[in-house]
Amino acid sequence: MNTLAEATFDSPEIAYGRLYPLLIIFGVAIVGVLVEAFLPRRQRYTAQLVLSLGGLVASLVGVVLVARDLPSHNDGASLGSIEAMGAIAVDGPSLFIWGALLVLSFISVLLFAERQLEGGVTAFAGQAAALPGTEAERQASSQGVEHTEVFPLMMFAIGGMMLFPASNDLLTMFVALEVLSLPLYLLCGLARRRRLISQEAALKYFLLGAFSSAFFLYGTALIYGFAGSVQLADISAAVSARVGSSTLLLTGMGLLAVGLLFKVGAAPFHAWTPDVYQGAPTAVTAFMSACTKIAAFGALLRVFYVGLGSARWDWQPMMWAIAGLTMAIGSVIAITQTDIKRMLAYSSIAHAGFIITGLVGVQQGVNAAEAEITSLQSILFYLVAYGFASIGAFAVVTLVRDAGGETTHLSRWAGLGREAPIVAGVFAFFLLAFAGIPLTSGFTGKWAVFTSAWSGGAWPLVLLAVLMSVVAAFFYVRVIVIMFFSDPVGDGPTVAVPSILTTVTITVGATMTLVLGVMPQPVLDLARQAGEFIR
Amino acid sequence: MSVPWLTILGAAPLLGAVLVMLLPRRSELPKQAAFAISLAVLGLSIALAVEYDVDGGFQFVENYSWIEAFGAHYAVGLDGLGLALVLLTTILTPVVILASWNDADDGRWSTNSFFAWMLGLEGLAIGVFAATDVFLFYVLFEATLIPIYFLIGGFGGARRSYASVKFLLFSLFGGLLMLASVVGLYVVSADSASGPSYLLEDLMAADMSQNTERLLFLGFFIAFAIKAPMWPVHTWLPDAASEATPGTSVLLVSVLDKIGTFGMMRFCLGIFPEASQWATPVVIALAVFSVLYGAVLAIGQNDIRRLIAYTSVSHFGFIVLGIFVMNSQGQAGAALYMFNHGLSTAALFLITGFLITRRGSKMISDFGGVEKSAPVLAGVFLVAGLSSLSLPGLSPFVSEFLVLAGTFTESITAAVIATLGIVLAALYILLMYQRTMTGPVRESTRNLPDLGGREIAAVAPLLALIVGLGFYPKPALDIINPTVDTLLERVGARDPEPTVAVREEAK
Repeated sequence: MNTLAEATFDSPEIAYGRLYPLLIIFGVAIVGVLVEAFLPRRQRYTAQLVLSLGGLVASLVGVVLVARDLPSHNDGASLGSIEAMGAIAVDGPSLFIWGALLVLSFISVLLFAERQLEGGVTAFAGQAAALPGTEAERQASSQGVEHTEVFPLMMFAIGGMMLFPASNDLLTMFVALEVLSLPLYLLCGLARRRRLISQEAALKYFLLGAFSSAFFLYGTALIYGFAGSVQLADISAAVSARVGSSTLLLTGMGLLAVGLLFKVGAAPFHAWTPDVYQGAPTAVTAFMSACTKIAAFGALLRVFYVGLGSARWDWQPMMWAIAGLTMAIGSVIAITQTDIKRMLAYSSIAHAGFIITGLVGVQQGVNAAEAEITSLQSILFYLVAYGFASIGAFAVVTLVRDAGGETTHLSRWAGLGREAPIVAGVFAFFLLAFAGIPLTSGFTGKWAVFTSAWSGGAWPLVLLAVLMSVVAAFFYVRVIVIMFFSDPVGDGPTVAVPSILTTVTITVGATMTLVLGVMPQPVLDLARQAGEFIR
Repeated sequence: MSVPWLTILGAAPLLGAVLVMLLPRRSELPKQAAFAISLAVLGLSIALAVEYDVDGGFQFVENYSWIEAFGAHYAVGLDGLGLALVLLTTILTPVVILASWNDADDGRWSTNSFFAWMLGLEGLAIGVFAATDVFLFYVLFEATLIPIYFLIGGFGGARRSYASVKFLLFSLFGGLLMLASVVGLYVVSADSASGPSYLLEDLMAADMSQNTERLLFLGFFIAFAIKAPMWPVHTWLPDAASEATPGTSVLLVSVLDKIGTFGMMRFCLGIFPEASQWATPVVIALAVFSVLYGAVLAIGQNDIRRLIAYTSVSHFGFIVLGIFVMNSQGQAGAALYMFNHGLSTAALFLITGFLITRRGSKMISDFGGVEKSAPVLAGVFLVAGLSSLSLPGLSPFVSEFLVLAGTFTESITAAVIATLGIVLAALYILLMYQRTMTGPVRESTRNLPDLGGREIAAVAPLLALIVGLGFYPKPALDIINPTVDTLLERVGARDPEPTVAVREEAK
């Protein structure tokens, strides 16, 4: 008998019955790559679209089925189970985030697949390898070449996003971070028009993203040095016992925070957001702004509530500062923006700040009163609300065009309200939602995070958030003024008529924004049933 | 289950607004439809008023759980104060629609949207006055900003865009401060035994520490003071009123601004009685200052609409003063003043609107001798003006007298200073009348046409109400008084006993 092999190798036990929503997405991504290799060019678009949408729906059905049958954990204290040898936590919050990601990805895929706006081709570069302005590029565009690889790339990103908040140890989380980031870097550089700025965005995102991943990895190493494990449960135990060196813990915690806060776009790690949001193809921006944010906040919550929950007195002051800074920078700098996509980017920074305000409250099921709203519940709700409004708003941006493609300069939006009252009206509705006017999802979301923050004693932060909301309202209202009350400059913008795909995306976005504003209870209930993280 | 009359009353104008939007453009049909809908709503509200039992507390109550996680309810009901303001809203809307018949015709936006926004505003305002759940109130309170924003920004003078944004940002600032307080109330009620609830009655029963109560009170009070508007947060009103169309100004000043003073009575006094008592000296000082400040600035205005806006600042000073002297005369006067000020300011805005449309200028210096060329216009203008300066026999006199009487028992100094406001009111109204209507006829005003049938029909009901309630205010006071008494009981203030001279030997 070879004792060595016996002692060191256990075959991993994978609970396929609980992980298949995740595996479906990765499977679809791999099949998508094979489609690119083996199907003729003409059939790829349809095949990829059917495959992606089918995969998302199948996975969503899977999420619902898994959620209905969650085992109890810790003697019934919460629902969920730790799978794949302790690498993945399938619990309520994970499943809620998966569901939200899948639904939002579904309407993003529709945006990716839109072909009517560019005259029969998608909004992605015909041949990414061709240098901008060369003969090769002209040839590619005259032949109507498309990159249908965007679909498998997106599926890989979605898979990574699903794994990221569900990771139960820091190494899996790091792998998920890379899996979600790398396809996004590529996607950002694939715009059909204004390719230089798009490639610039991709490069910036890649360099800064790689940098922040390194911070995350270094943080993981230091935490390992402190706790002797990368498992969140072990880290939590070590933090409670305060066994190791607190220097290692604090430094590691800070470095982990850098990596995660970079992904959510919180100040002072927000600098990539405006450039990337502006340069990336708008469909990708829409997808990123909603789904990356959800995934990254899910991971942030898991690391800080589960792994480092006992050290909350150490990280809460840092989060206070970051929440305040993020809100202030996002809201104030947005005022000076003249490009609609950059403005929405700063708005997304400000929203990240509002969400972190909710995180600071640390209002959990155990110490909150029976019917009181918890931090997790409010943040999950906010993420869903923001996701729908954000995808909807960017989808509207793809419609406003002139001869050179999308026209994103604010001055070119003047008089849009008269050109296309419905499109302008819908966009104004999204802006009102971002501003947090009642009867939109933005209001209920803000209310929820502010309440959980105040319950946790962070009322000065709530006051600051309220003030910043006023500042933010100013620039949202400014866009409404430009659209409705200014005279068009020159020819004015034209609004392209989209195919059914983009129409569905905008309709779903606007409807959900209204429904979550008027009747938020079902989603709030769902977020409540998600319960708490397990460890 | 009984018929949800209040919901129908609020929803009818909202559905009507959608209907008006869908009607064909460039015809009289949308206007006629809007007018008919507003008349129907008026009829319904009068029916409710007839059914209303003056001593019955909250009536036409509906209560459903809305967002359980937030403790929010869809809860509506009317007490005397709410009923008075709902009636004011439903009376003014048809009047305004009739008076603004042609105001939106050459605007950038369709006539349909103008009247649809007005109806939408009416529906939301009814909801605000009827809400008995703080969350519902807040939602509707903020939602009223949207129609009024588009009414100011879409239809009006050259600087309307600036005015509408200024208005919106002031209101949002107040609204979001209030949001912070609303969030704080949630935390307070969540700690109580019954769990989170925004129902007015539950919040009244909630225990708060002294500091919490005062902080939360401030959030509400500042929002309402901006809305009302009080000095020093009044600066948005003159801009908005001078740029908007007369009809919009009426809805803004006569209906929406009442939400501010209504909110002070319903929520500041109702939920934070101790903090309201605590704030009384400062609020009274601010109110008295508003009275004088508004009046003095009104005297100096050359723009007719800005002048009326400043008179409103002065009048709102009186209303706030009446509320915070914490006795029954003051508060009954204040509540009645809200109603009367709505009528008299509406008449002033509409009549000067007719005048301004005719001449094409809103500067007092451009007028003169109008009473020769348009005697009916001058006559109704005089009556409306006299009501604004509280001439006895016209309804604002009753309310202003009650407010001052109430103030006198609380603070003689404040009463004496505030009374100066009446003198100044005579000055700004009569000077305006003298400069525009009397004197030699100017070339530019020689051929001003007199009021037409539609215009007379619009202002006649207002003047009739002003005169009627001036001579016989009892019906209005009967509705208001029980509410005021309940409120005062809540605050724990009682009317001071009259001082009776007692002879020494009687002991």
